[in-house]
Amino acid sequence: MFAPLGVPAELAPGPGARAAIWRGAEVAWALLLGSPAAMVGALLLVIHLGLAVFGPALAPYHFAQFNILHTLETPSRDFLGGTDQFGRDQLSRVMWGARSTLLLATASTLLGVGLGVVVGMVGAFYRGFVDELLMRIMDALMALPALLLAMLLLTTVGANPVYVALGIGVVFMPRSARVVRGIALSLAAAEFIDAARARGERGLYIIFAEMLPNAWAPIIVELTIRFAYAILLATSLGFLGLGAQPPAPDWGLMINEALPFLAQAPWLAILPAAAISSSVVGANLLGDALSDLLALRRRGETL
Amino acid sequence: MTRAPGGEPVLAVRDLRVTYRTGAGPVRAVKGVSLVLPPGRVLGLVGESGSGKSTVALAVMAALESEAEVTGEVRFRGENLIGKPERELRRLWGRRLAMVFQDPTSTLNPVLTVGDQLVEVLVEHEGRGPAEARARMLELFAAVQLPNPAEIARRYPHQLSGGQQQRVSIATALACKPALLVLDEPTTGLDVTTEARILDLVDSLRQRTAAGILYITHNLGVIARLADEVAVMYAGEIAEQGPVGAVFARPRHPYTVALLDCLPRIDRPPATRLLPAIEGTLPDPRAEVCACQFAPRCALAQERCRGEHPGWFETAPGQGARCFYWERVPPPGTVRAPALAKPRGRASTRPVPLLEVVDLVHHYRQAGGLTAMLGRAPIVRAVDRVSLGVVPAETLAVVGESGSGKTTIARCVTGVLQPTAGEIKVDGRPVPRRPAARPRKLRRRLQIVFQNPDLTLNPRRTILEAVARPLRLFGLVDRRTRRSAAARLLEAVGLEPRYLDLFPAQLSGGQRQRVAIARAFACRPDLVVCDEPTSALDVSVQATVLNLLASLQAREHTSYLFISHDLSVVRHIANRVVVLYLGRICEAGPTEEVFAPPWHPYTEVLLSAVPSLSATSVTGTIRLEGPAPNPAVLPSGCPFHPRCPRKLGPICEREMPPLVTTDRGHAIACHIPRADLLRLQTAAPVPVS
Amino acid sequence: MRVFVFVGRRLLLLALVMAIVSVLIFGIVQILPGDVAVMILGTSATPADLASLRQKLGLDRPAALRYADWVGDAIRGEWGTSLLYQVPVRPLVLERLGKSAVLALVALAVAVPLAIALGVLSTLRRNHFLDQAVGLVTLVAVSVPEFITGTVLILVLGLQFGLLPPSSLIDPRASLWSIAPSLVLPTLTLVLALLAHMTRMTRASMLDVLEKPYIRAARLKGLRPRVVILRHALRNALLPTVGIVAINVGFLIGGIVVVETVFAYPGLGRLMVDAVNHRDVPVIQMAALVIALTYALANLAADVVYAYLDPRIRY
Repeated sequence: MFAPLGVPAELAPGPGARAAIWRGAEVAWALLLGSPAAMVGALLLVIHLGLAVFGPALAPYHFAQFNILHTLETPSRDFLGGTDQFGRDQLSRVMWGARSTLLLATASTLLGVGLGVVVGMVGAFYRGFVDELLMRIMDALMALPALLLAMLLLTTVGANPVYVALGIGVVFMPRSARVVRGIALSLAAAEFIDAARARGERGLYIIFAEMLPNAWAPIIVELTIRFAYAILLATSLGFLGLGAQPPAPDWGLMINEALPFLAQAPWLAILPAAAISSSVVGANLLGDALSDLLALRRRGETL
Repeated sequence: MTRAPGGEPVLAVRDLRVTYRTGAGPVRAVKGVSLVLPPGRVLGLVGESGSGKSTVALAVMAALESEAEVTGEVRFRGENLIGKPERELRRLWGRRLAMVFQDPTSTLNPVLTVGDQLVEVLVEHEGRGPAEARARMLELFAAVQLPNPAEIARRYPHQLSGGQQQRVSIATALACKPALLVLDEPTTGLDVTTEARILDLVDSLRQRTAAGILYITHNLGVIARLADEVAVMYAGEIAEQGPVGAVFARPRHPYTVALLDCLPRIDRPPATRLLPAIEGTLPDPRAEVCACQFAPRCALAQERCRGEHPGWFETAPGQGARCFYWERVPPPGTVRAPALAKPRGRASTRPVPLLEVVDLVHHYRQAGGLTAMLGRAPIVRAVDRVSLGVVPAETLAVVGESGSGKTTIARCVTGVLQPTAGEIKVDGRPVPRRPAARPRKLRRRLQIVFQNPDLTLNPRRTILEAVARPLRLFGLVDRRTRRSAAARLLEAVGLEPRYLDLFPAQLSGGQRQRVAIARAFACRPDLVVCDEPTSALDVSVQATVLNLLASLQAREHTSYLFISHDLSVVRHIANRVVVLYLGRICEAGPTEEVFAPPWHPYTEVLLSAVPSLSATSVTGTIRLEGPAPNPAVLPSGCPFHPRCPRKLGPICEREMPPLVTTDRGHAIACHIPRADLLRLQTAAPVPVS
Repeated sequence: MRVFVFVGRRLLLLALVMAIVSVLIFGIVQILPGDVAVMILGTSATPADLASLRQKLGLDRPAALRYADWVGDAIRGEWGTSLLYQVPVRPLVLERLGKSAVLALVALAVAVPLAIALGVLSTLRRNHFLDQAVGLVTLVAVSVPEFITGTVLILVLGLQFGLLPPSSLIDPRASLWSIAPSLVLPTLTLVLALLAHMTRMTRASMLDVLEKPYIRAARLKGLRPRVVILRHALRNALLPTVGIVAINVGFLIGGIVVVETVFAYPGLGRLMVDAVNHRDVPVIQMAALVIALTYALANLAADVVYAYLDPRIRY
C-alpha cells in the first residue's frame, strides 16, 4: 500500500546513480530485461515498422484493386481480410496503409516535439520577455482543444498529408514546449549552467550543448507518448474525412467507409481498428516502461 | 556497554543489521549495531553520510520492513519490534515511540492545518474529544514555545517558518508523552540562529520528560551540547561509544580522533590554514565485511587490521571502541597538519584592490511575468548598497544566514546576475555587468566554485571535457595538448588522470568538488568566487577541500571571495570577514577582530548560536528573537532592530546606523557606541554547557 | 478578498487568452489560405461568382478591419448566416451546443467519480491483481480512439444484441426523454475513454503522493491506514486531479466531435465537421470560438477549485 522509499541516496550503489549516465544501449537492454510490458510494446512497434517497410510488397493485392465480382465478401482464402463494396481486399489495404499512417505519425511527432524542445529550452533559458511571449502564444494554441485546432488548420490548407503532419505538429508543439520548459527551468538553475554563463559561453551553446544532453531522457519519453497520440489524432482526422482522401488506404478513413456496412460486413471495420489500436498500445506500453525506467513521473499521461 | 542508571532501558538494540535489496545487489546499510538507551537520557548517534545512522533511526521505529531485510533485535521496553505486524506497531507509533524527521517542510502535510495534524494524534491514541484535544494541542504548542498557539494552530505548514514547522513536529511527537523519542537531524537545513533555538528547546525537553531520546546528527557540536552518551558510526558499524565527555576528551578509535581533528574550530584562531584531513572514501556498502572498515584511511592500520574484523573492545567502564590498537590511539589535537607548499614567486603588493564592489544594489520582483504585470509583486531588496574589496592573495569571507544576500553578491560579481545599481571593479576599472560583454581576459581571471557538488559539473560531460572547456575557450590549449593539460590540472587537485574519462556521477561529492576547483584554476585565475564550496560536504571531505583551497592559494596567490554561512569555516580560512544581515553589512574587518568583542549584536547572536565542541565558549547565550524577516518588507532604520537583543531605543527604528571603522579596519554598524558594546559583551560571559 | 483578486486576475487572463484565440481562429481561417472565396466555392468557380462572394463577405477590405468587425459582431450577438444551412448562426450553434453539453455533462458526471474511485482503489492494492488489471485495461482503452470504441459498441450492443439504437438520427424537436435510449451508446463511448484517461492520471498522482515524506510521517504517527489514505493522501492527490479534469474537458471536446460523427448525433461537433467539409466559414469561426470559450471556462473553473482546495494558493 505504501510506496517504499528505497535505498537512501547516500547509500545508492556508486557509479551511475540514476539517470545521469544512462546510455542508449543500456536503457534498451534494461527495458527488455526488466519489463515484459516493454517487450510486448517493442514487439508491436517492430511489427508495425515491418508492415510499413514491407507491407506493400507483401500484400496480396494493390490497395485500389477492384474485384467487382467479389464485393462485401467474408474473409476467405482468396481475400484474407474480406472485401469491401468495391471488392478490394481489406487485408491488403491495411497493409498498404501502415506506411502512410506511421510516416505521418513519425513526421508530425518529430516536428511537434522538435519545435516544442526549441520553444521550451529558449524560453526557460532566456526567461523574461521572450519566455513570457512564447508561453502566452503556447497558451493560446492550447486554448483550442487538439482535434479542433487540427481541424481548423486543415480546413484552410486542405487535406494533403504534408499539411496533416504540419497541423498535428503545430498541435503538439505547445504541449511539448510546456513539458520541456519545466525540465529546462530546473536545468537552467543548475550551477553548471551558471558556470557556463560566467565563462561567457553563447546562449545557443549553453542551450544545445549543455542543457539539451541532460534532457534527452524526458524528451524520448515525450516522443513515445506523442507518437501514440499522433496515430490517434491522424486516424481521427482520417475518420472525419479531413485527412487522407479516398481511395487512399488510410486506417481511419477505412473505418469511416465501413460504417454504412457495419451490419453486413463488420470485418471491414475490425481489421483497421486492430491495426490502429495495436500500434498505439505498443507505443504506450513502451512509453510507460521508459518513464518508469528513467524514473520520470509521467505515468498516465497520454495527452 | 552503556551504564543503565535507574531501571530498564527504553531501547535496547542488539546486532541490528539492515540490508536494502537493490538491482545492483544487496546494500548493507547497517552491519551489526548494538545500543542501549535508559529512560531520561540522550543518546547521540553521530556519523557522516553513508554511515547508516538514519537507517538505524528508521529501524528503531520498525518502519523498514517493506523495503529492507532487517535482522537482530530492537527491544522497546523489552519487547522486540522486529517482525511485529503493523497493526500492533500502530499502537506504539506516535504514542510510545515518536519520531521527528529532518525536513519539516516535507514531513508536514501541506493541505492540513498544523493544529489538526497534532489533534489527530490525540484523537487516534487517547480517544480524546475534539475540544479536549484542541486544548491539549494548544498546551503542547505553548510548551514548544510557539508564539500565539491559537493563531499558529489555524495555519498551514507553508505559512510557518522552518523553525516553527520543526516546533510543530516536535510538539506532535510529544503529544502522547512517548517513552522513546527519535530525532533524525532535526536542525539540518535550518539557519544557525534557528537551530540554536531548537537545540535550546530539545535541551529543556530532556530535563522535563522521562523519555529516552535518540538524537541522530552529523554535527559533533550538537552532540557535545545535548547528549549524555555518544555512538560514532562509520560504514554501518559503531566505531566508538561512551559518555560524551569521555569520548570527546580521549577518543579511542582513530576515526573519532580524525573526525574531531578535521573540524575547523570557531573558538580559537587557526594555527595553520591546513587541517588534518581524512583522505580516502567509505568502503563499498555492497562488500562483505572481513576487515576493519576504517583501515584503508587509518594512519595506525597494521596488517592485522586489513585481514581481520575487529571486535568490540572495552576501553574504559562504559566506553568501548572497535579497534585492535585502541591503546595506541593518540589524543585529539596531536596530529600535525601538513605544511603549506612554498609559494611560487613573490606575492605582488599592488596598491589597488583586485576586486571592488561599490554600493552594490540588487532588487527583484518576487513574482515574474504576468503576475508582475497584473498585480504589483513586492520588490525584494536582496542586496542594499554593499561595498567591499578584495586585495591580491587574500580571502575575504562574506557570512550571513539565508536571505542575507551573500549569494546574490557572488552572482553579481561573476555576472550571472545583473545588479540593479552599483559598480563592480577589477584593478580599479569598472567591468561590464554581463559576462558575455566582459573581455576574455577578465573572464579568465575571475572564476567560480559552487556549492552543490551534484550540479556543479554537467552530468553528461566527462571530467576531461569539464576541465578542458575553459582551457579551449580561453585559447590556452589546442586539441593535442588538452588531455595532458587536463591531467596536470587534476593532479594539482589530487586526482589521478584515470578520472579524466569518467562522468561526474561516478565520482564522490568531494571528488566532484575537486574537479570543480580544477576547472576554476584551469586558467590561473586571480580571483575565485567560492559560493559555499563545502556546505554540502561531510566534515572529513570539507577538510580536504579547504586544504586544497588553502594550498592552491599559497602557491598561486589567488584571492578568494568566500561565501559561507559557517562561522567555523570562515574563521579557519578567511583573512577578512564581512557579516551581512538582510542585504546590508553590519560588521566587517580582519578575521580575528570580527571574532573578538566588541561585536555587532547580530554577530554576537550568530557566534553564540553555533554549537561548539569546547565546554566553555567565549560567547554568552543570547538568542535571536522574533520571526525571520521578510526581505520584501524591510524594517525602517537598522534592519536588525526588530530582533536585536541589545536594541537601544527609538533611534534604532528611525535611523540606519552608519558603518563606523576603527583604525585597525574593524567596522560595526550599530547605534551602540563601540566601548559600550565591548562592556556589554565582556561583562558576563555565560558558559555554554 | 484574496479570492476575489485571484478570480479577477484569472478572468483577466481568460479575456487575454480569448483575444489571442480569436485572432488565431480568424487568422487560420481567413488569412492563411489566401482567399476565402476560392476556399468556399472551389477552384472551378467563375471569376464573377468569386467577385460577388468576395463582395458579400467583405473580403475586399483589409484583414484587420474584417477582424474588428467580426469580433464586434460576435460580442454583440450578430453571428451572421450559415452558408450551408442558410439560417442564422447564433441559434444554430447554441442549439447544437446544448445537445453536445448533454452528452458531455453526463459523461463527466459518470466518469469523474468512477475514475477517482478506481484510481485510488488500484493504488491501495498496488501491484496486486486489481491494480495490474486496471493498468492494462486502461492502457488499452486510452490506445483505442473513440471512433473505434463507438463502432465496436454499435456492433456488439446495437447490432448483435439489438439492445440499443445504433445511431442517433433524432428529431431535433423530440423531447430529451424520448431520445434518451439513443444517447446511451454515444455517452458510453465517451465515458469509456474519459474513464481510462482519468483513472491513469489519478493513479499516477496518488502514487506520487504516497511516496511523499509526510505520508510516512503520518503513518509513523500511528494513524490508521484509512486515515492516512483518505485524510492525508487523497486530499493531496485530488489537487492534480482537478487539473486532470480540466485537461480532459479539452480531450472530451475532441471526443465529442468524433463520437457525434460515429453516431450521427446532431451536436456542435457534428456541426463543426459539416461546416469544415462544406467550407461554411461563418459557422466554423463561431463554433470554434464557442468551443474555445467553453474550454477556457472549464480551465478557469478548475483553477478556482484548485485554489480553493490548496491552502498554498488560497493564502
